[in-house]
Amino acid sequence: MTKIYEDPRAALEGLLFDGMTIMSGGFGLSGNPESLIPEIKAAGVRDLTVISNNAGADGFGLWMLLETRQIRKMISSYVGENKLFEQQYLSGDLELELTPQGTLAERIRAGGAGIPAFYTRTGVGTVVAEGKPVEEFDGVLYVRERWLRADLSLVKAWRADPEGNLQFRKTARNFNPVMATAGKVTVVEVEEIVEAGAISADCVHTPGIYVDRIVKSTINEKRIEKLTERARETP
Amino acid sequence: MMTGWTRDQMAQRAALELQDGYYVNLGIGIPTLVANYIPDGVHVTLQSENGMLGMGPFPYVGEADPDLINAGKQTITELPTSSYFSSADSFAMIRGGHIDMAILGAMEVAANGDLANWTIPGKMVKGMGGAMDLVAGVQRVVVVMDHTNKAGEPKLLKRCELPLTGQGVVDLVITDLCVLKCDRETGRFVLVELAPGITAEYVIERTGAPVVTETAGQAA
Repeated sequence: MTKIYEDPRAALEGLLFDGMTIMSGGFGLSGNPESLIPEIKAAGVRDLTVISNNAGADGFGLWMLLETRQIRKMISSYVGENKLFEQQYLSGDLELELTPQGTLAERIRAGGAGIPAFYTRTGVGTVVAEGKPVEEFDGVLYVRERWLRADLSLVKAWRADPEGNLQFRKTARNFNPVMATAGKVTVVEVEEIVEAGAISADCVHTPGIYVDRIVKSTINEKRIEKLTERARETP
Repeated sequence: MMTGWTRDQMAQRAALELQDGYYVNLGIGIPTLVANYIPDGVHVTLQSENGMLGMGPFPYVGEADPDLINAGKQTITELPTSSYFSSADSFAMIRGGHIDMAILGAMEVAANGDLANWTIPGKMVKGMGGAMDLVAGVQRVVVVMDHTNKAGEPKLLKRCELPLTGQGVVDLVITDLCVLKCDRETGRFVLVELAPGITAEYVIERTGAPVVTETAGQAA
């Protein structure tokens, strides 16, 4: 049995269906599964619930699935700088569950760790806590938040070995490791597939148990949202 | 017409709140400028909530790495002591109280410490990002903002009118006019310091909540 698939289409074969829930890694335009998202578009599955911190940007990432109206609901923490999202949300075509970023990450972590709910101080006294149980622990109020799990998690990593042990690169790690744990099936695209032993066991970020399918990225555009640079000091 | 502090001077004043050894999260806008004014002899580690400790400066022209961005999605650099981790670990760090201070912007602050800085109903659909987690989790929350809005109306109020980011979370507010402490118990602002040329009366006229001045000291 091998976890390595020929191309992104093959890596998603048999996994997609209408009405499914998909987690998609990335923060802003960094660490997005750039090669897998277009295959969801090509497959044409609809009524998707997508869990992702953001919703892409013009022409990039999950934006593609908004454009084709394949997404029915997004669970995100921040959807700014995305006109298409705003239009569809304001016209009522798109449902949005805004979740604070840390609560989103922890809900996913809880999903992967088999914890159905947890308490957090985040959001107490705000709209986020509306309709949710609030309980006092040691004199402080906390709101109960539920886990998140998905039919499919799409993950972007830097390197994988044949076992599916993963390494991420810099802040492209973001939501990817937790999402890898919370999908019934986790498909990972990587920039490089290395041989067994090339990743030291001490330096594995995500152990292969969480990874079902591995594919080499075919798209690595890695668009930069806000290029900020400084001039070299001249002597 | 009194002028008060500029954006950079506000950032500079906020930097005086930093202490040696602090782990700090800086928000977008004026708070980002605080990094330029960290006092000599004060070592501060900057956290970026997408998953990094030890944020370095912006990259040199041509050296930006798309895999290395801050929470504002700007390209940044790493330091020899930086570390990377997942967003879940990052917010465990925040929620667990390990970050000493957050410095952030605001639309409204109430004297009871309530903060509104994420949405204007009917006008703005963006999301709260990590703001609610930060204000609920970090040890001390410092807000840097203009004292009034563009129409000249107070942004410092008895009660926030906009949807809250956090309840009773703000410790200190630095505006273009002054520095105020939130006295959460009594629901009053305590005037700590005035910008040069600004009087307490001027501040009180432009504040939508009681301001007590007994501890006020004129800025040098």
